Amino acid sequence: MDSSIASILLLDGVTNGAIYALLGVATVLVFTVTRIIFIPQGEFVAYGALTLAMLQAGKTPGTVWLLLILAVIGAAMELVERWRHTGQPGRAVKAALRTLVIPAVIALVVYWAAPQKFPLWVQAILSLALVTAFGPLVYRIAYQSLEGATPLVLLIVSVGVHFAMTGLGLLFFGAEGFRNPSFWDYQLSLGPVTLTGQTIFIMLASLALIVMLRLFFESSVRGKALLATAVNRTGARLMGISTHTSGQLTLMMAAFIGALSGLLIGPTTTVFYDSGFLIGLKGFVAAVVAGLSSYPGAMFGALFVGIVESFGSFWASAFKEVIVFTLILPILLIRSLRGGHSDEDH
Amino acid sequence: MKMTRTLIAAAVTTLLCTAAQADVTIGVSLSLTGPGSGLGIPMQNQFKLMPQTIAGEKVNVIILDDATDPGKGAANARRFVTEDKVDMIIGSSITAVAAAMVDIASESGTVQLAASPVGVPPGKDKWLFRLPQSNGVMGHAVVEDMKAKGVKTVGFLGYTDAYGELWLKEITPLLEKAGIKLVAVERFARTDTSVTPQALKLVSARPDAMLIVASGSGAAMPQMAVVDRGFKGKIYQTHAAATQDLMRVAGKSAEGTYVVSGPAVIAEQLPDKHPSKARAVDFVQKYEKAYGPNSRNQFAAHSYDAEIVLEKIIPMAKAKAKPGTPEFRAALRDAMETMGRTVFSHGVMNWTPTDHWGYTLETGVMLKVVDGKFKVE
Repeated sequence: MDSSIASILLLDGVTNGAIYALLGVATVLVFTVTRIIFIPQGEFVAYGALTLAMLQAGKTPGTVWLLLILAVIGAAMELVERWRHTGQPGRAVKAALRTLVIPAVIALVVYWAAPQKFPLWVQAILSLALVTAFGPLVYRIAYQSLEGATPLVLLIVSVGVHFAMTGLGLLFFGAEGFRNPSFWDYQLSLGPVTLTGQTIFIMLASLALIVMLRLFFESSVRGKALLATAVNRTGARLMGISTHTSGQLTLMMAAFIGALSGLLIGPTTTVFYDSGFLIGLKGFVAAVVAGLSSYPGAMFGALFVGIVESFGSFWASAFKEVIVFTLILPILLIRSLRGGHSDEDH
Repeated sequence: MKMTRTLIAAAVTTLLCTAAQADVTIGVSLSLTGPGSGLGIPMQNQFKLMPQTIAGEKVNVIILDDATDPGKGAANARRFVTEDKVDMIIGSSITAVAAAMVDIASESGTVQLAASPVGVPPGKDKWLFRLPQSNGVMGHAVVEDMKAKGVKTVGFLGYTDAYGELWLKEITPLLEKAGIKLVAVERFARTDTSVTPQALKLVSARPDAMLIVASGSGAAMPQMAVVDRGFKGKIYQTHAAATQDLMRVAGKSAEGTYVVSGPAVIAEQLPDKHPSKARAVDFVQKYEKAYGPNSRNQFAAHSYDAEIVLEKIIPMAKAKAKPGTPEFRAALRDAMETMGRTVFSHGVMNWTPTDHWGYTLETGVMLKVVDGKFKVE
């Protein structure tokens, strides 16, 4: 190994690490606010990339129908629950419509736009909107009625949601993989390393997103409400912050981050319907490095995972995943030796 | 009383008829639903085109769906041997399902002609024969081509799963015998986000040729990574990558790649000297006449080959025993082992008592990607 190989590996690791950072941040976000270990995070990555691939091919992505179906189910649940809770049919219908309208509008717009062959960036925005709309609905249908449950129950629900979404992905996108066109065809040679436009794009997008998240939590009311829920759920409820709304907003952000990651890696690798799981799991390792609680920690953890993976593939490619996932053991050991058990359950 | 007599008469007549006709019954279990349906449905399509009589015998074909489920496959096999009393079982199209049927078929002394590459421990395949080619036969074609092109060193980049492992195991002794050195072995998974590190390592070992073992669109990422790292040597891909998906995803990077393939689907392009040409062309023409242009498919060709087997072995077995008897079933098995060199649409088959895979080394064809299309070398 010489310096040129090392620098190429480092770049590869940092590029993948940037994606894992996004997913790690999303995992931390979801866990702190809702105590859900959100395994289906990776599925949003595959959905985002493959929805764009379908739009590129001029076909209506199957996710449009799924979104419509979920929206109807979500609205029906909202209707029944509100009616029972308040006894006022008017308010119940209004709440149901609120759940239904936005996803339905997005689905119809994408349905209309699919055969029009719009430019790449328009299709990217459409895919992003479509997949983001899944977030609140998944929360509404799968998690909302279990808000008070233990993290273990929520984890089991997550496993179920993950399998359902992977299976539906196979149904909608087929078994073969897709590669999306690059957003920015640019090449910059720095000695042995070639920086492509897509690589720069990935890093800038990750950095921008993390900065935006920070601003969101520090200076917006909604962000502060989420932060309050994360710190103390009961306290936040007493202050009039709805845990339902917080949960839905959180999963919306998680879905957005997932879809964005999908659009970012779509041009650098072949994405299959089941690609998301491993990518999401590596994001999860990054989140564990950060103790599921710190955003900068998750970012550095992700870069570390990416670089270890890259060098691991170079030296012992057959054991690459073993190396990456074994990392979690010493980290958990150190964390459990250093920290007490104070943060077991709020 | 009269009623009873009529019933008895009817029953006796039915029995007599069955005995007199002595139709050959074939039980076919295919994955028509579930994740493996892409393989089972074309096979069923081809079976629908099969003639009613083969070698003067009426042939009843019972097709059951195993839903890509090994449990269902085993239940189908059980039904074939106990209720339908079939003379032969064909299927399944999926390896795991076919494997679940092996014991039931051999217990009852019925030939199982699997349409998937089922591997069983030595000695257990007495009643089991396979229609697909083994990796070894394909590997032979790859190594021969490397030898002809003067390749001295090879880098291996394959899946971490069973497919990659089997290829590595099959091709290592073949390469050794040909005097070609395997200089680097790297692995990757279909869903990896990057194979740049593996490609770097392989390219820095400077092999003359690279063998990529992957399937369908999964074969595209390693191809692109190796080309992106400036590899100028020859790149070989295996028969699982011989689909349009390779070019759809890899685009320009796939140009000039060598892909080994079975002969069935490239029928018209086969050189005239390839033994399977006539059979392959016949299969493609008949299948596409029934199911539309470009509907050809390697799995349907397995059904076509099963028909060739039946045409050959039924007369041989009929000379020894009557259909529907255990003797006839045993005779079918013996006929398969002794039928000798038989030309299939998928290659040249020669089952022997020691080899129930059976394809001869004439089978594999080397294709080259030229302008986004497969061309026979």
